[in-house]
Amino acid sequence: MDRELYFDEQQLKKFKAYTIVTKIFTYTFLIILALFIIIPFYWMIATSLKTTAEVISQNISFFPRELTFASYAAVFERAPLFTMYMNTILVGFFTTSLTIVSVIFAAFAFSRLKFKGREVIFSILLMTMMIPGEVFVITNYMTVNTLGWIRVPEGAPLHEIIGNYAAMILPFVGSIFYTFFLRQTFRQIPNELYLAAKVDGLGDFKYLFKVMVPIAKSTIITITILSMIGTWNAYIWPSLVTSSSNSALWLVSNGLNEVFRSTIELSGPNSVLNQQMAGSALVTLPLLVVFFLLKDYIMKGVSRSGIKG
Amino acid sequence: MLEFKKDGWKAAIALGPTLLLLSVFTFYPIINAVLMAFKQDYVFLSGTYNGIGFGNFVTILSDPKFLDALKNTSIMVFISVPLTIILSLLLAVALNSVKKLRGFFQTVFFLPYVTNTIALGLVFNVVFHKDYGLFNSVFGLELVDWLGSGTTYWRAMFVLMVYTIWNGLAFKIIVLLSGLQSIDKQYYQAASVDGANRKRVFGKITVPLLSPMILYVTITSFIGAFKVYTSVIALFGKGAGQTGAYGPDNMLITVVGYIYEKLWASGTPFGVAAAGSIILFIIILLITLVQFWISKKRVHY
Repeated sequence: MDRELYFDEQQLKKFKAYTIVTKIFTYTFLIILALFIIIPFYWMIATSLKTTAEVISQNISFFPRELTFASYAAVFERAPLFTMYMNTILVGFFTTSLTIVSVIFAAFAFSRLKFKGREVIFSILLMTMMIPGEVFVITNYMTVNTLGWIRVPEGAPLHEIIGNYAAMILPFVGSIFYTFFLRQTFRQIPNELYLAAKVDGLGDFKYLFKVMVPIAKSTIITITILSMIGTWNAYIWPSLVTSSSNSALWLVSNGLNEVFRSTIELSGPNSVLNQQMAGSALVTLPLLVVFFLLKDYIMKGVSRSGIKG
Repeated sequence: MLEFKKDGWKAAIALGPTLLLLSVFTFYPIINAVLMAFKQDYVFLSGTYNGIGFGNFVTILSDPKFLDALKNTSIMVFISVPLTIILSLLLAVALNSVKKLRGFFQTVFFLPYVTNTIALGLVFNVVFHKDYGLFNSVFGLELVDWLGSGTTYWRAMFVLMVYTIWNGLAFKIIVLLSGLQSIDKQYYQAASVDGANRKRVFGKITVPLLSPMILYVTITSFIGAFKVYTSVIALFGKGAGQTGAYGPDNMLITVVGYIYEKLWASGTPFGVAAAGSIILFIIILLITLVQFWISKKRVHY
């Protein structure tokens, strides 16, 4: 329906002015909040590229007067960054791939198989989703401690090191939330496909991998990405189970926090604020690169699954 | 053991490993936490304790540090959560109403979701630095100490809230925006035929139809805010178990922070930690129930 039909000229003008004012107002609001989000990122990069003299000078510079990568070189010397990256990728890889396998089988069992106690087990799982992780952490800490998987010192024998990695991986493999999430996708697959597969003589597990997994591909990719982001962000558990003096087992978050804590100078001529920012940038950038490569998947995935980071 | 119907053995193969892991790292820990919370003077290494009772709850509820933690967490929850939700609702509506640059803004607002809490905490630590910080210089404040030894309670709390709001917007915006986009356009067309103004449209169409999403975001935000911990550690740049990890005199210790402190404390009072985690669970449960109860009247599914 045409709007103009109901308006005389004056009303139309008024309407147009009103629209423009709202637009200006909306964009101003968006720009101010976008700046609020962007400035910390900008300040991180800008500070990391400044010389120490500039960082501690009285009049603050919004743009670096003199660009230098010295802080980045210093951070690579101060922190075992490659070890931290490798550990995080290793822990993330094993956590994610074991999670995916476990979740696919569990979601399959709950969506397709018929067995006694299915509803009971499933309701128990749903109930535990309500319970905050802090409730389990205490006992998990005791369990890995009893197994000798905790705070392995430098130069420990290989089986102890593997134990320490296992302590960082195994507690996160069985994921009720992801099982629930994938089960939702599996349940949308029409029953006819299953019956057709049965007629063709496909076994249950073959049907799972030949039909269900390919159909649920985008959900599985979402779970993979979210699980990797989770490991990259993990701080509490790694800092509990690894030794703060054994840098060979640091992940990015707790390593970064170990390197830049009270022992270093934050003001005066020996200030390392620029190094602190270079360290933060080096931990932040890999994730941002992955984000820009997989932007659509990540944003759609988060809005679909509703997972809080 | 469970008696399986026809797919029994397949289910055992498919579920067995997962249930085993969940039993060790989820089910048993929940039961054990409840048991530990009631064991008095529980010593982890020897497994000894002095009878069953409410001793740990008495200890924790009369510990000024825990009461501080409860106070700090509640202030965080009841100020920053409503602020973030209102802000993200306005942003989602604004994003939904523009065409140009929507993708750009959406990406910008999503960025905090894909960053590392510790790394960006260190950035906020520098932005609010007393001598060389951007915040003091932009607002012309002379050497105001926000996070160092000279800070005050409300200054430190202010920075913590700014950081949690900065960090939390992304998730809420994206959930609310996807909710907005799923609202049927016919409602808006009908409203414009009836000549309803923007305020009315927002109050009578957008908010009611978005209410399930708002409820979901509110509940997850409340739960998330009750579990604040890593951001505090990140802002003050100290490790857990160190003095000053929660600010000078541990002024910003949170409930979760208190629980973890007990894992580092001498004698490792795990029973007290377990009691703390049970209290946290009860608080979260109550808040969720209250929100569901309120929503019964207000949420339109």
